[in-house]
Amino acid sequence: MSIADPVDDPRRALRAARLAEIKLFTQRFLRNPLGVLGLIIVALLIFVAIFAPLLATHDPYLPQLTKRLSAPSTEFWFGADELGRDIYSRLLYGSRLTLLIVGLVVVTSAPVGLIIGAVSGTVGGWLDAIFMRITDVFLAIPKLLLALAFVAALGPGIVNAALAITLTAWPPYARLARAEALVVRNSDYVNAVRLAGASEWRIIIFHIIPMCLNSVIVRVTFDMAGIILIAAGLGFIGLGAQPPLPEWGAMISTGRKYIFDQWWVATVPGFAIFIVSLGFNLLGDAVRDLLDPHLRQRR
Amino acid sequence: MAATTNRTLRVTYGIGSWLVTVAITLIGLAALTFFIGRVVPIDPVLRIVGEKATQDVYHRVYLELGLDQPLYVQFWRYISGVLRGDFGISFQTTRPVLKDLFDYFPATLELSTLGLIVGVVAGVPMGVAGAYWHEKWPDHLTRVVGLVGYSVPIFWLSLVGLYVFYYRLGWVAGPGQIDVFYNGIVTHVTGSILIDALTQGQFDVFWNAIGHITLPAILLGYYSLAYISRMTRSVMLDQLSREYILTARLKGASELRVVMDHALRNAAIPLVTIIALSYGGLLEGSVLVETIFSWPGIGNYIYQSLFAADMNAVLGGTLLVGAVYVLINSVSDVLYRTLDPRAREGSR
Repeated sequence: MSIADPVDDPRRALRAARLAEIKLFTQRFLRNPLGVLGLIIVALLIFVAIFAPLLATHDPYLPQLTKRLSAPSTEFWFGADELGRDIYSRLLYGSRLTLLIVGLVVVTSAPVGLIIGAVSGTVGGWLDAIFMRITDVFLAIPKLLLALAFVAALGPGIVNAALAITLTAWPPYARLARAEALVVRNSDYVNAVRLAGASEWRIIIFHIIPMCLNSVIVRVTFDMAGIILIAAGLGFIGLGAQPPLPEWGAMISTGRKYIFDQWWVATVPGFAIFIVSLGFNLLGDAVRDLLDPHLRQRR
Repeated sequence: MAATTNRTLRVTYGIGSWLVTVAITLIGLAALTFFIGRVVPIDPVLRIVGEKATQDVYHRVYLELGLDQPLYVQFWRYISGVLRGDFGISFQTTRPVLKDLFDYFPATLELSTLGLIVGVVAGVPMGVAGAYWHEKWPDHLTRVVGLVGYSVPIFWLSLVGLYVFYYRLGWVAGPGQIDVFYNGIVTHVTGSILIDALTQGQFDVFWNAIGHITLPAILLGYYSLAYISRMTRSVMLDQLSREYILTARLKGASELRVVMDHALRNAAIPLVTIIALSYGGLLEGSVLVETIFSWPGIGNYIYQSLFAADMNAVLGGTLLVGAVYVLINSVSDVLYRTLDPRAREGSR
């Protein structure tokens, strides 16, 4: 194949350019030690969630009443809770719930906000005014409080908690996507597609939304820590995951009674929440520095 | 002359559109709480008449609550009720929700205001230092403190704080507003125990209350400090890289003067917005902190009501906090516009 294929060549060039971009991205990311630390923490979380059954030393649900509230020891690395369940093993299994909530919230709230924002910004007019008013109302209430009210209405449970957080999490994405859509909606390439006869929906889905993705992704990585904290807060209040699920916030809540005499029951899960949300924050910071189109322009 | 009327007109228009925006947001807020109240799986009639009531009684209460009316009529009733200050009756305390809110809100306000003071007093200097010694150790310290503040679950930090500073070290008093034996000495006037005790000359009550409020206020303050120091840092970084700073230095102004008089003065306007925003955040954070410190505030009230399935109280509390949040935000917006000559004389 010595003759250059007229279709294949530009594609190959494109692929090479993409590859180079990814390589540059990785290089710049690796230069940020805090970002790498964040990535390691998040990777560790995922690893632990996958291999929880292998890493656990005990059954996370099996009570051993004779061993209740035992202090950290070689048998119970982080101590045992009020039913004699191993806190270490429960922590490992709890990482699955944390990931589940974060995942559920992200896959629901980001697309919803993205679509509302992109439509609102592209179409404009009355639709825009109404959508943005609604967004403002949602943004006007403290997130945790709104999530509390929603979950009180929906009933407690891990999926309902995720749903409630979603209902509070989409407005910032809508705002972002709208801002990006406003910039590109009258740009030449969009007008060209419009002239070619593309429908508004086609324009929004194939030509506007891809332009909003970057800033939304940055925002998502940034928001994950906040989602974890709100989910833990709901769990702590008793509206998130229900017992016997080893959700970290709920574990702190049950350990609260023993904080003075058996401090490990409540403090250990808190450390887990702290480290994981710190990891997401560090990762979010690093990703924002690299990806944020506004920051990138300034350099 | 023409310019003056023009200006008055513009200001009036500005105030008018601001009021409309705030009003729409508040009505939207009420609509949201109404909607949440409607999807609750709890039957409000059963909640009143009980499980064993006859069909007849059930039906009468059903009609009395207006549940047979179409939704928009119910919504109108709800809105006009809220506007008259009628948030319904709390099932738990059997008192009007508004009365409860008035009783509980001052404690929240007291706690979050002190928290804000802690956050500003510590956060602004930290942010300034972080920006001034950019990429040096004060900057790293500011960033670490901020990152930890962003990442730590506040309810957990409160528990750990209680364990360390109350139980282990005994530096502060435990949960609650005052010790039990001080209860009832101070008459309830403003609702803020510190102010009430001071104005009534009950200094031992005052000092006792200080011991109780210190830890939650510092924890809440830390929560807002993370945000304030981080934002201050970025605003100051921006200012310090401007050319007028270079000019001031060339003129021979001392470093202290450059930072305090020139940069900080210019950063003050965005700082007002930042501080106002963090005040709203404090109201949110206080929900969790209050439940741990048994603080008799709105957060605790909502928390208790949640478990009594008392939706009127939950929604009333949510509405109140939301409204305060909206008002703080819009006032900060107005402040921003009046303080900043560029925004004031700007194109809009």
